[in-house]
Amino acid sequence: MSLIRTQGLTVHHGGVAAIENVDFEIDRGEIVTIVGPNGSGKSTLVRALLGIVEPTSGVVERQSDLRIGYLPQRLAIDASMPLTVERFLCLPHRHPGEDVSKVLTQLGVPGLENRQVTELSGGQFQRVLLARAILVKPDILILDEPTQGLDQSGAATFYRLVEQVRQELGCAVLLVSHDIHVVMGASDRVICMNGHVCCQGRPENVLETPEYRELFGASEDVLALYRHDHDHDHQQCGL
Amino acid sequence: MLEDPVFRAALAGIGLSLATGPLGSVVVWRRMAYFGDAVAHAAILGVAIALAFSVPILAGALMVALFVGLSVSAMVTGGRPIDTNLGVLSYSALAVGLVGISFFQDDQIDVEALLFGDILEMTQTQLVLIWGGSFLALATLVVRWSGLLTATVSEELAASAGINPRRERMVLTVTLALVVALAVKVVGVLLVGALLIIPAAAARGFARSPEQMAVTAAVFGAAASVTGVLGAAAIGTPPGPSIVVVTTLIFVVSLVSGRLRR
Repeated sequence: MSLIRTQGLTVHHGGVAAIENVDFEIDRGEIVTIVGPNGSGKSTLVRALLGIVEPTSGVVERQSDLRIGYLPQRLAIDASMPLTVERFLCLPHRHPGEDVSKVLTQLGVPGLENRQVTELSGGQFQRVLLARAILVKPDILILDEPTQGLDQSGAATFYRLVEQVRQELGCAVLLVSHDIHVVMGASDRVICMNGHVCCQGRPENVLETPEYRELFGASEDVLALYRHDHDHDHQQCGL
Repeated sequence: MLEDPVFRAALAGIGLSLATGPLGSVVVWRRMAYFGDAVAHAAILGVAIALAFSVPILAGALMVALFVGLSVSAMVTGGRPIDTNLGVLSYSALAVGLVGISFFQDDQIDVEALLFGDILEMTQTQLVLIWGGSFLALATLVVRWSGLLTATVSEELAASAGINPRRERMVLTVTLALVVALAVKVVGVLLVGALLIIPAAAARGFARSPEQMAVTAAVFGAAASVTGVLGAAAIGTPPGPSIVVVTTLIFVVSLVSGRLRR
């Protein structure tokens, strides 16, 4: 059974359809990447999956007691709120202090527990957010453009961490991105969106569909670059 | 001692601060200061309607504050009100309320008391209402604190943890309407916002956790109420504004001491 499934999902914002008639599902342990240009409804789909926006029509089914580890696209905690990292990680559910320090260490930011969240650097905060997502022992990790604001090497490091975490927890991963270079080499499936699902399939197949090329104007250069990255990853991972 | 109006006033201020401290902190974190003002201004329209239909003033203020609060939060998407809409609503409610009240000029209502409070004219029943209402508001906040805090940090994160952020927002709005309606008697509709915001802002510099800030804000609010009431009684200044002046002094001291510590 799918962890989350939608059928005919349509969401309107102010009378305009942000997404229309989307059928989506993700299974246990599966890695799915959603790509699409800005304004293509990727974040709306995620918000509907999380239950933040109500569907205008169609249904969203979540497996009962589904544990979601979610990394939002951006999160600005108001500087007027005093909040330590540990407290932030324990909202709304408490976790034992040893779990918190273990996860922070695992993510390369040990000892941040008593720092104020608003004093962290962008990279540190990103890892704290990931720590939050991991601490709930998620069935599914939902990452919405998680590396915005990180430079290329920062983003690469971050994705290595995500991969490491996924192997350890065996959770499903739903990654949202507008950047085609970020399509994870490890994705089982890529969904290409532009208000609706344009095309989907294995990453190497999707990149060659006419719909995808039309949407991104993907040139041979880009494809070559992608393939290069792809090969490179495989060699590194020894797969 | 309950026969002494100054003592009753001080008690009322302390009771109200139990609720305004934590509530004001949440209002500050969510940047809802304008929202608080709009709900407070709406209360005066409630007073006018209460007079027109001969229902208790507190009930009228509460109903309209609730109505305006809930309709504004329905307008809001993503947790951030649009301040132009809020401004229109806030000042319209205030003006329509004042015009409405002017039709009932038969000594049963004192406009100045509505705008700036008349804490020294507090009856024992009103005192009981303020303590009861504040306690109810505080209990609501305590029971829902964890979800409310999570939704304040991020509505998305709250939703991913199974909390309904819309419900939290609604609980907050209802609590705010209740506290605002209670506070009208104490500081008046124009200064309700000050009682929410200033003690919380002053508490920020002393707090390492949300709870510390909420409790400190309540203590500051209570201290300012007592000092303001006593000062007003001693030198004959209006008590509502005097309370707010003391909160401002506390804020300035916290600002300066924060600078010195750094």
